[in-house]
Amino acid sequence: MALLEVKNLGISFGGLRAVNEFNISVEKGQLYGLIGPNGAGKTTVFNLLTGVYQPDEGAILLDGVNLTGKKTIEICKAGVARTFQNIRLFGDMPVLDNVKVGLHNHYPYSTLEGILRLPRYHKVEKEMNEKAMELLKVFGLEDYADYQAENLPYGQQRKLEIARAMATDPKLLLLDEPAAGMNPNETKELMDTIRFVRDHFDMTILLIEHDMKLVSGICERLTVLNFGEVLAQGDTQDVLNNPEVITAYLGS
Amino acid sequence: MKTKAGRLSKTTKNDLITYAMVILAYIVMQLLVSTGHVSSLIQGLLVPFCTYAIVAIALNLTVGILGELSLGHAGFMCVGAFSSAVFSLAFKDAIPSGLRFFIALLIGAVAAALVGFLVGIPVLRLRGDYLAIVTLAFGEIIKNIINALYLGVDANGIHFTMKDALSLNMEEDGVVLIKGAQGVTGTPNDSNFTVGVILVLITLFIVLNFIRSRTGRAVMSIRDNRIAAESVGINVTKYKLIAFTISASLAGVAGVLYAHNLSSLTALPKNFGYNMSILILVFVVLGGIGNIRGSVIAAVLLTLLPEVLRVLSDYRMLIYAIVLIAMMIFNWSPNAIFFRKRVKQRLTAGRKSGKEA
Repeated sequence: MALLEVKNLGISFGGLRAVNEFNISVEKGQLYGLIGPNGAGKTTVFNLLTGVYQPDEGAILLDGVNLTGKKTIEICKAGVARTFQNIRLFGDMPVLDNVKVGLHNHYPYSTLEGILRLPRYHKVEKEMNEKAMELLKVFGLEDYADYQAENLPYGQQRKLEIARAMATDPKLLLLDEPAAGMNPNETKELMDTIRFVRDHFDMTILLIEHDMKLVSGICERLTVLNFGEVLAQGDTQDVLNNPEVITAYLGS
Repeated sequence: MKTKAGRLSKTTKNDLITYAMVILAYIVMQLLVSTGHVSSLIQGLLVPFCTYAIVAIALNLTVGILGELSLGHAGFMCVGAFSSAVFSLAFKDAIPSGLRFFIALLIGAVAAALVGFLVGIPVLRLRGDYLAIVTLAFGEIIKNIINALYLGVDANGIHFTMKDALSLNMEEDGVVLIKGAQGVTGTPNDSNFTVGVILVLITLFIVLNFIRSRTGRAVMSIRDNRIAAESVGINVTKYKLIAFTISASLAGVAGVLYAHNLSSLTALPKNFGYNMSILILVFVVLGGIGNIRGSVIAAVLLTLLPEVLRVLSDYRMLIYAIVLIAMMIFNWSPNAIFFRKRVKQRLTAGRKSGKEA
């Protein structure tokens, strides 16, 4: 059975049918791409998958667990993590603390234990620091641990956002236009990072992207959205050579 | 791993400097008082210094750490002041003063926390200006309710009314504790400078440790980006409420200190109105939003300033205003920040070259 099963997902905003009869099935360990022209409804699909919007109809199953209608926090705890199209870091906090917020739910101690600095505070904080540094090392950010997140270079901010998402220990990682605003070199580095995350953490990744080089370079399967509906679905090369897809992107 | 150790010791060092600064100020003040170098005017300000420092730290938790603008902190102070003053008055002869003040502190803190929690539930759904307006209104409501409240105790138990002292319908042996607009009179004077400084240190300890803890990080992540915080599984409502309740509770502690420094406590607009709330906000903004040490310094300086300027009579408020503007420019103007950095760099560079030579 697939890790992520989405069946007949749909949502309307007023009279606008933003997403209609959206189906997708992502196998464990797959690198799956979601592409489509601007305004096709890709980010809306992500917002539906993470509980930012509630679907009008359809079902979302992660590992057989029904996530339809759940809140963002519950969906995060169930194992879905995401990054954002416009980077959303905790800008005024150090890089290390950004990752530690991602670890929040896995390393519990109470507020009172924190204020009084009881033994459990010291123990858990030490474990958290070690785990967070480990993650930063994986993404090559360990030298930036003390930096304020908003002072990082753009490419590193993207990486930090992925590191923070990985800190929640997800089963599925959603990346919303990770290469947006990057130059070719940064994009190439990002492709290596994404591939590395998949291999190193045995992660399942669903990503939205416009950069065709990135999509054809790393995605194994693709779904193309156009006007909220699935236009094509299948292996990357087949989909990219599909005349309908070419028409949707370039016009006829 | 080196960087991590460096970072930890840096925040810890910063916190220790803050504690040390308060303790040092206390020792210097005590020495000056005991050698008779301090005028009675300044001596009378010692407890208010502590009161305002505590409430400024409390408000900084809401404004700087939680990132929400509250204009109702005088209201929480008011709750703490009156709940504890009533207790101290009622048990004036029954409990020795040390223990009584300790219990009064707990009562004030818990009462303010409870009100903060109840106010927080609806208010924290709002953001920005709306939250500021509603907290402003809550502060005024609390002040006005207490202004109209009559409360008394007799053999039959506790009586209260919003009309007048007669409608309390008490037995002859009954004691009126809150007399409406006349407030509470005869509260034992249990607070002093030493107690105040200890409370400032406890407040600093609570707030600084809170910020460096897991809960504090969650609160700051909500401040920096609510949507991202939710996406990594932070319960936004819960952490906002925790921070706001702690902040209200500490404002209540400041209220307890305030009440036990005066023999007669009234809920005048001057004490607990929006003017007061804005004054506290001025301490926080000028001390630096999110800068706890700055709040303490600003609270003390800006409480001292109008009193010192009293000799200038009519020009007092004019100069006070100019100082406020100057402080604002020094703290927040990009040019001033750049200038400060350059001076600091030059000083440290000078020290380094001095070592080499």
